[in-house]
Amino acid sequence: MRPILMKGHERPLTFLKYNRDGDLLFSCAKDHTPTVWFADNGERLGTYRGHNGAVWTCDVSRDSMRLLTGSADQTVKLWNVQTGTQLYTFTFGSPARSVEFAIGDELAVITTDPFMELTSAIHVKRIAKDPTEQIEESMLVIKGPQGRINRAVWGPLNRTIISAGEDAVIRIWDSETGKLLRESDKESGHKKTITSLTKSADGSHFLTGSLDKSAKLWDTRTLTLIKTYGTERPVNAVAMSPLLDHVVLGGGQDASAVTTTDHRAGKFEAKFYDKILQEEIGGVKGHFGPINALAFNPDGKSFSSGGEDGYVRLHHFDPDYFNIKI
Amino acid sequence: MAFERSDPNQSKPSKLRWGELEEDDDLDFLLPPREVIGPDENGIKKVIEYKFNDEGNKVKITTTTRVRKLAKARFNKRALERRNWEKFGDAVREDVGSRLTMVSTEEIILERPRAPGSKPEEMKVAGDSLAQLTKGGAVLMVCRTCGKKGDHWTSKCPYKDLASPAETFVDKPTASETSVAASGSSKGAYVPPSMRAGAERTAGSDMRRRNDENSVRVTNLSEDTREPDLLELFRPFGAVTRVYVAMDQKTGASRGFGFVNFVNREDAQRAINKLNGYGYDNLILRVEWATPRSN
Repeated sequence: MRPILMKGHERPLTFLKYNRDGDLLFSCAKDHTPTVWFADNGERLGTYRGHNGAVWTCDVSRDSMRLLTGSADQTVKLWNVQTGTQLYTFTFGSPARSVEFAIGDELAVITTDPFMELTSAIHVKRIAKDPTEQIEESMLVIKGPQGRINRAVWGPLNRTIISAGEDAVIRIWDSETGKLLRESDKESGHKKTITSLTKSADGSHFLTGSLDKSAKLWDTRTLTLIKTYGTERPVNAVAMSPLLDHVVLGGGQDASAVTTTDHRAGKFEAKFYDKILQEEIGGVKGHFGPINALAFNPDGKSFSSGGEDGYVRLHHFDPDYFNIKI
Repeated sequence: MAFERSDPNQSKPSKLRWGELEEDDDLDFLLPPREVIGPDENGIKKVIEYKFNDEGNKVKITTTTRVRKLAKARFNKRALERRNWEKFGDAVREDVGSRLTMVSTEEIILERPRAPGSKPEEMKVAGDSLAQLTKGGAVLMVCRTCGKKGDHWTSKCPYKDLASPAETFVDKPTASETSVAASGSSKGAYVPPSMRAGAERTAGSDMRRRNDENSVRVTNLSEDTREPDLLELFRPFGAVTRVYVAMDQKTGASRGFGFVNFVNREDAQRAINKLNGYGYDNLILRVEWATPRSN
């Protein structure tokens, strides 16, 4: 395949998200300016100006009208996707690390980092249909995990919130009361920081990637470990194909290995694994730096990866991708 | 992607209509402008043009086309609407020639990991057998024709008539001579063995010359070092045709340097890579090409 290279960001990419219809791709980077691209040819549509810090995360509503972005400048902003205007700003006491719209787009879950005296927290905010009626206060604040919470997502039917972070423990919380319902097993769980989490298309299982060089597949209701995928590199980003039983892991390089490795250009790859057999299917090379973000188009026919090199690479699969057999 | 099927239908020059409504005959050479009515909800696009036909009459040409999208028909209505949104933010001043979005010049494939169970094991086995041969203490039989080490000598080469592998001995003119000879023989004429494809060109002297081109100089040798020592040190890297240690005739000690000639250039290169800086008999060896050589 001929990937489309998009160099809209001057700094490393942090997050990629497709909209529900699969025609727009939102990219977040450390350069303060989230960007939206057309997902078929990579043409840039626009940028959202306003943040004063690295943008760590974003999520788009189902109708692709509103965008939520979380940034290191301690704010989460709500934008009009089409015009790029800011609709609302939520302010926190520390950098926001992860945002996600709930099913129905009326709620959002936001995580904030530990900062000075503040511990990391998970906030649930109600998102009003009309931005002028938006209230600042959180409906629910959950505290408890140690260290950064890198990702928090809604469980099925918005009943639960699943969080994962630096303490390598995955927790499931009740979204109305904030009570801790389940924790992942320490023995079988990750051993180092969980960097990324992605849900399956139907929400029944989710995949976590960790710096312990593995990715694990879990059941959403019971938090049982289903599969484990091993790599040689710390995993920074994970994605699941909505069409085939493939998982993709994108990784980096231990900091200690940086000066001693031979930096051949384009060596960093996104690795494809068979979801069920746990075996590696192959790798897609091309990035000049560790891969920090991965996203699959909801139609499953293309995917994009964002790297430390500031590039977003958009890949449309060749027809023989769909015929791969182990 | 749009696919246009056109259906030109020409209407007759209508005498009583627009042509005669023009009051000013001097401006007869002017034509009404081209109109595009297009595409409606069925994708029908009409283009109306006016021109002069051969007889000098004004002619109205209506072209009706249906614009149909073949690929990407899966785009739903709202996605199509979004396609027409105006650019905002930093994209406002974007010109079409901006290099922000580029298709990669390289073809990237989903690289399968080596087919399970095949290649790397095979490679290892081949390497091992060769290593075993050298370590067995037997002389390494080198065939100059097929380059296969350890199997047979040149005169016994089963591949006598084939082109020699391109590794060490290819010079460009030789290659072209080879191809000429090959074409000559294909015509059915007799080609003497010395001119056949793959035959060694003026074998003897060439061989020696080439060997000297794969010559490696070793310096900072201890004074006890002799030829057998060098041979033992360099043999693991490949077939060695000649070793020489410079001797001081008066004292009988080594003058500290010597030469090793390899059959294959890569073996020589590997020996240089591995042994340069190697500690041998309490001295650090310096190993390099005998004549100044890059690549």
